[in-house]
Amino acid sequence: MTKFTGLLALAALMSTTSLASAETLRWARAGDALTLDPHAQNEGPSHTIRHQMYEPLIIRDTTGAFEPALATEWAPSESDPNIWVFKLREGVTFHGGEAFTAEDVVFSFERAKTENSDMKELINSIVEVRAVDDFTVELVTDGPNPILPSNLTNLFILDKGWAEANNTANVQDFEGGEITYATTNANGTGPYKLQSREPDVKTVMVRNDDYWGRDQFPMEVSEIIYTPIQNPATRIAAMLSGEINFLQDMPVQDLERVGNADGLVVKKAPQNRVIFFGMNQGAADLEADNIDGANPLADARVRKAMSMAINRDAIQQVVMRGQSEPAGMIAPPFVNGWTAEMDAESSTDMAQAKALLAEAGYGDGFSIRLDCPNDRYINDEAICQAAVGMLGQVGITVNLDAKPKAQHFPLITEGKTDFYMLGWGVPTYDSEYIFNFLVHGRESDIGTWNGTGFDNDEIDAKIKSLASNTDLDSRNADIAAIWRVVQDETLYIPIHHQVLNWGMAEGVGIDVDPEDQPKVKYFTMK
Amino acid sequence: MFSFIAKRVGQSVLVLLITGLVAFSMFTFVGDPIDNMLGQERTMEDVERLRQQLGLDKPFVVQYVRFLEQAVQGNFGISYRQGRPVAEILLERAPATLELAAVSSIFAIVLGIGLGVFTAIRRDGVAAHVIMSASLIGVSLPTFLIGILLIYVFSVELGWFPSFGRGETVDIGGWSTGFLTVTGLKALVLPSITLGLYQMTLIMRLVRSEMLEVMRQDYIRFAKARGLSNRVINFRHALKNTMVPVITVIGLQLGSIIAFAIITETVFQWPGVGLLFINAIQFVDIPVMAAYLMLISVMFVAINLLVDILYAFIDPRLRGAA
Repeated sequence: MTKFTGLLALAALMSTTSLASAETLRWARAGDALTLDPHAQNEGPSHTIRHQMYEPLIIRDTTGAFEPALATEWAPSESDPNIWVFKLREGVTFHGGEAFTAEDVVFSFERAKTENSDMKELINSIVEVRAVDDFTVELVTDGPNPILPSNLTNLFILDKGWAEANNTANVQDFEGGEITYATTNANGTGPYKLQSREPDVKTVMVRNDDYWGRDQFPMEVSEIIYTPIQNPATRIAAMLSGEINFLQDMPVQDLERVGNADGLVVKKAPQNRVIFFGMNQGAADLEADNIDGANPLADARVRKAMSMAINRDAIQQVVMRGQSEPAGMIAPPFVNGWTAEMDAESSTDMAQAKALLAEAGYGDGFSIRLDCPNDRYINDEAICQAAVGMLGQVGITVNLDAKPKAQHFPLITEGKTDFYMLGWGVPTYDSEYIFNFLVHGRESDIGTWNGTGFDNDEIDAKIKSLASNTDLDSRNADIAAIWRVVQDETLYIPIHHQVLNWGMAEGVGIDVDPEDQPKVKYFTMK
Repeated sequence: MFSFIAKRVGQSVLVLLITGLVAFSMFTFVGDPIDNMLGQERTMEDVERLRQQLGLDKPFVVQYVRFLEQAVQGNFGISYRQGRPVAEILLERAPATLELAAVSSIFAIVLGIGLGVFTAIRRDGVAAHVIMSASLIGVSLPTFLIGILLIYVFSVELGWFPSFGRGETVDIGGWSTGFLTVTGLKALVLPSITLGLYQMTLIMRLVRSEMLEVMRQDYIRFAKARGLSNRVINFRHALKNTMVPVITVIGLQLGSIIAFAIITETVFQWPGVGLLFINAIQFVDIPVMAAYLMLISVMFVAINLLVDILYAFIDPRLRGAA
């Protein structure tokens, strides 16, 4: 927060209002960045704001494909498979005028690996970062790491000299309540510069006319005013009344209204998030069911029958108002390992579901509790309610227990639920990320979100080997094999892929990106 | 008199301590803040380390005692969500809430008394009947609905006022005010009406019934017989005597205007302490929730204490009874 005196603020006010309003992006979404420190929090809205001011070596464009940012080329070293070589962009300066060199990259990676960093897990395979010359950097990993670049797209680079001069060489200790200069100030190489920031109220950024890609990207927005608006009805009202011209986190029930309004457009794209149910097959007996001495979910036929009872098309049409894509596997499209065939494997067949249940000895059904969040995913509670009715049709009595996310997620990570809803996004765009958290047997640092009790040593070994398999064909074959097991076991019941909607004024031109991270340099304004 | 005040202060402190204890026992049901604080990639070690660091592995009574120890030294801890001292965040947010509360109180008092007097004097007029019926809406409609209704009519359809935020603010010695800019003043209109509408109708109905009561008194009839003008009778003699209970209610309602600004602030994205509290609940930001609840209970207890003491001054019989 910049503290103005009255006069200065008035002057600043006049200077901002004198800018052509057509080039101002008045942007709102539900939440604000938690901190500007590039490495202190690994969280969507925080990264989105940072992306306007800071840059990583590589970014993803609006289709999710890699695009060079501060690095121009990257490839594994020819001499040593444990080394990735990055060629850096020359002639780049930070907002403060400092020149960008390999030294800044080394510094930023080392900073991101320290204890307080929230980004350290993504780069824990890196053992050393070396500057070969001013514009070449080598990342040394603890073994071959074929997908390392996917982990770097939110790893921002800051200036070594600036950080040291402002006592922010260390990552802000967020949980410990530390505030550093980097919490509320930013000095990146990015297309926009921070002008003012009041957390949870307003953040203003202005165009960086010295940006290296000034002529390469549209960069038609000259000023960004970012306001978090929590109440969904107020967000929509602000968009309808023209007070904002770009909106994320649109409530599904208002999409049509905004789309029909004069001068407003809604664009959609599949989001990098799949919604599914997990079932505890590992326990000998379940606490949340009415069967004593046995676990109905341990029987693959029961899990399959439950999946068959879910009518995904009905959920899509009635609960989601068309804003979802029914799923057959728990990987979003565009993730390496996803196939259209597997994503179409879920089918609805009540008769067969009943037959399978009877075959497994549960012809009279059973009852179980479904744990569901009510403030995390789009219409999460309503989806669960629909599932309760559908499972009831095959004789499974489901008691729904919907709670806020802060109470729901600990149930999964602490293994206190037998039947639960979870959503998953894949920042690395590779199946290995899904397997590590959702398929590998639960240990203290792997399989942490696997609440199914599934623990197969053979599969675990295969998952672990993915990390260092540089032969992409054999790696992809392993990924396909693991998916086959996940599918055949009905480890999870896939529901749908969420669809992302952005609302904008007609003059604003941008395509929805699957990570929900708009990068304003791509925006056009008419 | 001194022992009476001492007794009342002692009782108030006890009430505060119990409120805090109840609040802390509730926090365990709100959820686990750790889950929100660490990303999905965290390991079990990270979770345990943070839980110990924040003292969340301790029973809530221990957490409460630790909170009290720090609170008496003016330290309300660090917000889990923003990673900044809670006291600093509260001070930063207070001006928004206090300005909103002030404007809606003025709106409620001025309009409430004015309309109350009007409906009492013209008790059989058409306008008075319309106002009385309309005031039922103010009492019975929930705040968030009024807010959304006002936004729909005046922001979306007519475009007269902004639908969210405070507009431009000016910072004077750490106090950010919206009174000095046009956008700031415009932004105050809808939320103030939303927040003050209930109090306005309450004051109006109270003034009306008190006024009708007073108008039947002998001294009013005597004043009429003396040939005094209606204006003098209504405003100098009648209104003055209706004000005693009205002022008591206004005083008590002021506290609830500040405390119940939560809903109005959420609807209008008004960056005050109420919105902060809602955010804190969703994130399980225990330090912010604790500080806010304690501040609000201090405020209510203080107002009640003051009222008790004032009554005792006015009515000596109460001193003995206590």
